[in-house]
Amino acid sequence: MSEASPAKAYALHLGAIALLFVLSFLLPEYYHGVLARIMVLAVFAMGYNMLFGYVGLLSLGHAMFFGAGLYGAGLAVIQLGWSVPAAFGAGLGCGAVLSLIIGLLALRTTGVAFMIVTMMFAQVFYLAILYFAAWTGGDQGMVVPQPARVLSFGATSLDLTNPTVRYICALSLFSLVLLITLAIVRSRYGRVLVAIRENEERTKMLGYDTFSNKLAAVVVSGTICAASGAAYALLFGYVGSSFASVQYSILPLLWVLLGGAATTLGPLIGTLFMYYVIDVTSGYTSAYLLIVGIALILLVLFFPKGILGSIRQRWLGWLP
Amino acid sequence: MHFGPHLLLATLEGLVTSAVLALTALGLSLVFGVMRVVNVAHGEFFMLGAVLAWAITSAIGGHPALGFLAALVIAPLIVGAVAVVAERLVLRRLNYNPEATIVATIGMLYIIQQLALTFYGPEARPVEPPFSYRILLPWFGYSGYKLSIIAASAVLLIATWLVLTRTKIGLIMRATQYDSETAQAFGISVGRVYGGVFALGAMLAAIAAVLIVPISQAHYLMGQDPLLLSFIVVIIGGLGSLRGTVVAAVLIGLSDGIISMFFSPTLAKIIATLLVAMVLVFRPQGLFGTASR
Repeated sequence: MSEASPAKAYALHLGAIALLFVLSFLLPEYYHGVLARIMVLAVFAMGYNMLFGYVGLLSLGHAMFFGAGLYGAGLAVIQLGWSVPAAFGAGLGCGAVLSLIIGLLALRTTGVAFMIVTMMFAQVFYLAILYFAAWTGGDQGMVVPQPARVLSFGATSLDLTNPTVRYICALSLFSLVLLITLAIVRSRYGRVLVAIRENEERTKMLGYDTFSNKLAAVVVSGTICAASGAAYALLFGYVGSSFASVQYSILPLLWVLLGGAATTLGPLIGTLFMYYVIDVTSGYTSAYLLIVGIALILLVLFFPKGILGSIRQRWLGWLP
Repeated sequence: MHFGPHLLLATLEGLVTSAVLALTALGLSLVFGVMRVVNVAHGEFFMLGAVLAWAITSAIGGHPALGFLAALVIAPLIVGAVAVVAERLVLRRLNYNPEATIVATIGMLYIIQQLALTFYGPEARPVEPPFSYRILLPWFGYSGYKLSIIAASAVLLIATWLVLTRTKIGLIMRATQYDSETAQAFGISVGRVYGGVFALGAMLAAIAAVLIVPISQAHYLMGQDPLLLSFIVVIIGGLGSLRGTVVAAVLIGLSDGIISMFFSPTLAKIIATLLVAMVLVFRPQGLFGTASR
């Protein structure tokens, strides 16, 4: 990351956002919906990248943060009858609190133990959803009814089931999180995180409190993932336990590895690419897990820096 | 049935679970102890053993014992071969980097699972037990085959322990575990030891699966629970400690059997997983292990 080009970096990101905005007018109906979903899932990947890419902490349990947002928002709408903004806030709150607790516990461990501990907490979260089936719908999940998915400001109201509104909402969330990530990464705090990733002992020696910096990163990461989950529940109307399963902890890892860890736009590219790989191959075979498996192995073997990571290394050193 | 016999039944069921779990977890523990690799695909080697046992018994036919014995020999060998190939092609090239190998073994998990679904199908298929003798207790009859699983597992565990502590192979393995660089300096081919240990770990899981499949049917998703339980056992027992692994397997197997007979199995899993996560957070060397170097 070179110092020289803040303007270039912001121009690139604003350009990407503008491109996605223009696409909303050009794309046919089907891809419209797909792209909205990809943008919401890319937010999940960006949250994961915050911790994995910049702090170097590999979590195998981020599905619980996504799930916290998903169920926090979903239960608030379905069981408590809250409005959409309040439910979104509830999802964020659940994610923030959960990630604070998990961070306080899991950060006592490092390396392999951290991966296993996060995986186990996520498993507990997943099993708890199944156990409290009376409220959560168990493995059937819940559908958020259409009348509840309306965003109203005084007299005007926006129907979140409308494809255009949904696309714009997904894009707004995506843009906001993208710019927040960019700002964090370029800030002093972002540098400290990278320093922890590169050499935690030395960072400690320089006088930084690495534990609280890492804890803050877990909370930011968990809250961003919860935002993605809450948006998913409200925009697509389905709250299901499969989103909290181990598989949804692995997928963001795959997306981030593919797009490039520690690059701001990598998560979007990884999510987009993987989504279309699965979409295209599912025309020929139902064995999409095979593709996921092979992609994971090939990535760690030959392509550990991912797409944007490799581009940054070869050509564009200024890429954030 | 009264409470006493009920508890006895739960204990017996728990011991059968423990026996299979101890073998599976020992495989995971050996791989972690010697190679420092967390093998997330371990459960899939277990599943592969069970599926192959079904394939072999149904291909051979005749008396069930014949097919079962053939499966007990052939299935672990095939699984071991798969493990060696995976180790050569993937893990070795990653230099056994702990984080990269976890991601790679997750990839293996998906590949093996999907291949099993494609070629074996989504059905659960039974394997006939080699004999169907029932032992009549005063309160209930109990399958003699289930008791023989406990015996077979005990024999295999003792054999593994003897190999590890009394033979040259065991000495080489322990030397590699203790300090792989020095072992290499003494002319031990560390790469071959790693290949062998990874295969041995997978084979132990496959044997456990062949033993359990006459009771619980072969299914392509059956690797998930053994993986989680093995993790729990290995963590509670202390990573890389054989005695701890066996003690923890008995503990977990028994409590799983007893708790799930009297309470909801999901609740039992929640409590067990949470406890283990806490053990890992507050006592990372395990309840029985010594502090790692």
